[in-house]
Amino acid sequence: MELRSMEAIRRVSEETGKALWEIVLETDMDDRMVSRESSMEKMRQIWRAMVDASEIYTGSRRSSSGMAGGDGLKMRQYAEAGDTIGGSFTAEVIAEALAMGESNACMRRIVAAPTAGSCGTMPAVLLPLCRREQIPEDKMLEALYAAAGIAAVIASRACISGAAGGCQAEVGSASAMAAGALVTLRGGSFDQICQAVAMALKMVLGLACDPVAGLVEVPCIKRNVMGAMNAIAAADMALAGIRSQIPVDEVIDAMGEVGRRLPVELRETALGGLAATPTGKAVKKRLRQITGVKS
Amino acid sequence: MIDIFDMLGPIMVGPSSSHTAGAVRIGHMARTLLGERPVKARLCLHGSFASTGPGHGTNRALVAGLLGMHPDDMRIPSSFDVAKEEGLSYTFETVDLGDVHPNTVVVIAEGAEGAHLEMQACSTGGGRILVTRLNGIAVSFTGDYNTLVIHNQDAAGPISQVTTLLSRQKINIANMNLCREARGGSAIMVIETDEAVPPVTRLFLGEVEGVTHVTYYEKEVE
Repeated sequence: MELRSMEAIRRVSEETGKALWEIVLETDMDDRMVSRESSMEKMRQIWRAMVDASEIYTGSRRSSSGMAGGDGLKMRQYAEAGDTIGGSFTAEVIAEALAMGESNACMRRIVAAPTAGSCGTMPAVLLPLCRREQIPEDKMLEALYAAAGIAAVIASRACISGAAGGCQAEVGSASAMAAGALVTLRGGSFDQICQAVAMALKMVLGLACDPVAGLVEVPCIKRNVMGAMNAIAAADMALAGIRSQIPVDEVIDAMGEVGRRLPVELRETALGGLAATPTGKAVKKRLRQITGVKS
Repeated sequence: MIDIFDMLGPIMVGPSSSHTAGAVRIGHMARTLLGERPVKARLCLHGSFASTGPGHGTNRALVAGLLGMHPDDMRIPSSFDVAKEEGLSYTFETVDLGDVHPNTVVVIAEGAEGAHLEMQACSTGGGRILVTRLNGIAVSFTGDYNTLVIHNQDAAGPISQVTTLLSRQKINIANMNLCREARGGSAIMVIETDEAVPPVTRLFLGEVEGVTHVTYYEKEVE
């Protein structure tokens, strides 16, 4: 089926008794004309690439701009010391988000989810939960299918790139995907998944994309921390039975509308927000001098 | 139709799907269309590729692609060293191509056996690419399909023979574009196919009267 609205998928789910992840899996099988095994094998590669990216992170690399690297390691060490404000799980989530975002900035291999800039959000919530609860790999794949389906709906109704809709479209979408994945892992209902997606997206509406010097580093890496924490809050609220007053498809449409209304300066052009601060401009100037490129 | 593996994926070396993954694909496309191992390349960067390219590893990504690497190859950050080992020399320059996509590059490459290629391409987002110019002729293809690029003399005949050959091999044409410099001059047939085109079929295509050169890009396996 066309993954164009959560409401339409919900109707199919009610008619067939299938969960969101299974509908998304079958859609992929139809679209690409592949077997169930072949589709799941591809998703398994995606999951393993996330796991690998986390495992090979050491915190030793720096990005070519010098702005990114090492923070994931600091957070891991801080988490291991055990005296964190938010508890050990939260600290692990933060560390994972930083590590993944840095790995991307430092030219390591990551999984775009949905984009490279937002690659830290999904693994930041999935890896620590998988470790803590010893979740079997096939269950993790189900969560990834659910997330991919959510992203497809967002991409079809609104957008998933910072250039098109600001950071709300990029890390915001990643956060909504992660929230839906978490509810899936906890065996939540279709409606609870929709509520989690709606709440995750609502909470970041309007977020600008304002990368310093146009690089996927500042503030992108730390925005992934926000995306992950936001996803946990939304998922827990949904599992608690809390509902979004605005239905999920309407929230997605609102995100698209806000994205179109965002001034171009706040859509990845590096002309506004943090990129346009005195320090942001100074970084840009310094990098131009190093690379010898005229702006 | 949205591919869910565009939503969760690609697996790629960072930091940017457009400036890094797309740049690798462009380099790889240039190597493929050159048809042999490149030994020399001039890379002319336009717009955002020129201004934020260095910070995104665009330069290293383009060279990595020319060396035959894919977007998930861990050697992309060290592609300049690999180029040295494999005898590929390269230069970068900044150009203003006017009103084209901001992430555009012109690749001028020479092959080990003397082949020459001038290809203009842009990275359109999410790692996707679009080739817009080939050896002076305006074209438009993405590499999302198996793609035959057939250089021929603009005259009656070659097109029907090429399509007949393909249909005999049960190769279905998804899209086909004819592009030429001027009437009677050099022309390019860009044929996107559902099935892969085996080497022997490509050899036959090269024998068709009026066809001067056949190159082929096989879409990345999933």
